[in-house]
Amino acid sequence: MKHRCFGRSISRKLAAAVMAVSLLAGQMLPVMASEDTGDTVSAKSDGASDTAKEVTLRVCSWEEYIDEGGWDEDEAMELDNGTTIFGENSMVEDFENWYYENYGVKVNVQYSCFGTNEDLYNMLTLGDVYDLVCPSEYMIMKLMSENKLEPLSDGFFDESNDKNYYINDVSPYIRDTFETHEINGEAWSKYAAGFMFGITGILYNPEKMTADEAGTWTVLNNPKFAKQITIKDNVRDSYFAAVGALQRNKLMDPEFRAQDDYSDQLKDIMNDVSPETIAKSQDLLQDIKDNVYSFETDSGKADMITGKVVANYQWSGDAVYAMDQAEEDGVKLDFAVPEECTNLYFDGWVMLKNGIDGDADRKQAAEAFINFVSRPDNAVRNMYYIGYTSVIAGGYDDTVYSYLDYTYGADDDEEDVVDYPLGYFFTGDNTDPDYVLRAPAEQVDRQLGAQYPSQDAIERSAVMEYFDEDATKDINQMWINIRCYNIKDVPTWAWFIVAAVIGALAGVIVYHKRSKKLYLKK
Amino acid sequence: MNGLRFSRKQLGIPYALFLICFVVAPLFVIIYYAFTNGEGRFTFDNLTGFFTSPNTIGTLAYSFLLAIVTTLVCLLLAYPIAYILARSEMKRKSVIVMMFVLPMWINFTLRITALKEVLTVIEGNLAFHPFLNSVIGMTYDFLPFMILPIYTTILKLDGSLMEAAVDLGANSFQTFVKVTLPLTVPGIVSGIVMVFLPSMTNYVVLDMLYNSTYIMGSLIGSYFSAYNWNGGSMIALVLLVIILVFTLVTNKYTDDDGGSRGGALL
Repeated sequence: MKHRCFGRSISRKLAAAVMAVSLLAGQMLPVMASEDTGDTVSAKSDGASDTAKEVTLRVCSWEEYIDEGGWDEDEAMELDNGTTIFGENSMVEDFENWYYENYGVKVNVQYSCFGTNEDLYNMLTLGDVYDLVCPSEYMIMKLMSENKLEPLSDGFFDESNDKNYYINDVSPYIRDTFETHEINGEAWSKYAAGFMFGITGILYNPEKMTADEAGTWTVLNNPKFAKQITIKDNVRDSYFAAVGALQRNKLMDPEFRAQDDYSDQLKDIMNDVSPETIAKSQDLLQDIKDNVYSFETDSGKADMITGKVVANYQWSGDAVYAMDQAEEDGVKLDFAVPEECTNLYFDGWVMLKNGIDGDADRKQAAEAFINFVSRPDNAVRNMYYIGYTSVIAGGYDDTVYSYLDYTYGADDDEEDVVDYPLGYFFTGDNTDPDYVLRAPAEQVDRQLGAQYPSQDAIERSAVMEYFDEDATKDINQMWINIRCYNIKDVPTWAWFIVAAVIGALAGVIVYHKRSKKLYLKK
Repeated sequence: MNGLRFSRKQLGIPYALFLICFVVAPLFVIIYYAFTNGEGRFTFDNLTGFFTSPNTIGTLAYSFLLAIVTTLVCLLLAYPIAYILARSEMKRKSVIVMMFVLPMWINFTLRITALKEVLTVIEGNLAFHPFLNSVIGMTYDFLPFMILPIYTTILKLDGSLMEAAVDLGANSFQTFVKVTLPLTVPGIVSGIVMVFLPSMTNYVVLDMLYNSTYIMGSLIGSYFSAYNWNGGSMIALVLLVIILVFTLVTNKYTDDDGGSRGGALL
């Protein structure tokens, strides 16, 4: 869902413009399209054995969401556990080689990108065919509810197979989340394998704003920072922030938090799409719109670095990237997770029914692709390349934790250090002494805290689910109400001016015609 | 060798195909979506929805206002420049004209990004004047489209007409109002057409200059992101009709080739 790419806003905007042509292509050329993409498994006539066949795998993911290789030599990371991480070739190429070596089958990966979840959905509707895509959790739920996904095979979950990197190495916390979240009675895990995850929060400049001020959704509406904060140009993220701010009193209530079913209740509150809540959110977002600097799609990170704004509603992965960039420019930025609650989001791999089309070879290749990118060293490569947090913890392999230590661990001579427990992510037990990172204290509010949120932050996180069609319609209408100028807001004096101008213009024209007539008569 | 001869009709085939594929067919697709609902049934709901929603009408009004102000500012800036350039005795006029056209050879997002920094230095915080900034951005973007047609029209003016007016006792102001201005109307009109229409829909400028209010282009985009292709197509269609009417009305004034010449220079 969240990635960094400067082309995104343009591509999203262009999508509408290009739509007509795409529509045409989708409507007029279905025959050609199916020739292009349908004929993907072709047995080579010269090879008699099955191993000579070639599988084509059509993968579609976010832009810049996988390691593309070509690292400089000094980027090689020698981790404490003896693993060296280096991206020489693109991960897609590495997968093709790896697959041939391990399965004896040539696979040809056609890798393409999408800009937003909605773009991907529109592309699928227009007739694009893919085998494996990587949308965000709510789009996965939408596709699940529309019965468009191919379930993962039983073999994928076989822990005794040492090439099943995903199921053996995925974080127990993430695995649990994917098993307990459902739509229409089916768990995500039946169809989806996680790739990256993160939370939402406020990226801020600690010189201009305190951690307390930044650590709440109400900061967006705080008059002290009028016209100094940017917020995501995205209805779902904005809605989440608005509900978080509206329900602040309840969410902060210690009694509410002490309840056994706190997480479930939190999820229900944050997924409330009743008309009253939508109406209240609209009012609040109107105020927020007047208070913030702007809604942004891509400029948020750059504006933080150049100092145009002092805070930015941001996804944790992008926040890590922004903090890294700012550091290079000598600016220190912090990341705060709002105290009310935060939005936990995932991007995950799912196979599409109409792409796989019952082809066992292709399904095997698709699942192998998921496993390959889930191999701990590959997970680290991707994380290093894109800045988001992999769902892979490593199981018995401590590559991921070593990378964490390599990136964020405190040096021996550092004085201001804290213990940062991450057992919840790596083993499911946050008291596990093997997974307590000694990190510089400041890192807790910075890259480390954003990339690997503390258990505190995770406990107050909620997944924003896929809303049904009616609720989606209501929320989109709310967004349009917020973003559009309402004709009823035109002040009376403006109507008088418009009337006066039109009257004057009409007068001039009539006068002009008359004088022409008089002139001709003469 | 004789096999390579084509009749006129045959030569036209690629163009006809192009027109059918990329102009006529998409138009029909838009019309199809505009007059159907999500289930593909015929309906007028999208049309009535457009004209009954205070948001779409408000957005239309906002886009109009933005386009009118931008066009007026462009006109007020461009006419004097074009007049001075065309009437002056300078030897290298075309070089100066080129100077005005030159920025258009640079990618416009790059130019607007630069403008954003300049405006930030001047205003401090861009968020306080979103409308003004949008007008400045649009003007910066479209000014050459206004200058060139006016410049070419003035350049072509027959000087003897002005001399005649002066001979017949008109002072310089009267000469300008009664002779020069009416004769340059075609250039003005084609300039207005070239500036007005794109500034109604060019939302990228607004996005980049932090104006969070939608104009027609962004509204269409938001409908498509919300999977409402039918509503989005209807807005596109209404916009198309408005543009068509506008073009028909202004066509009356552009029988002269001032506009096309300006276009050729670009």
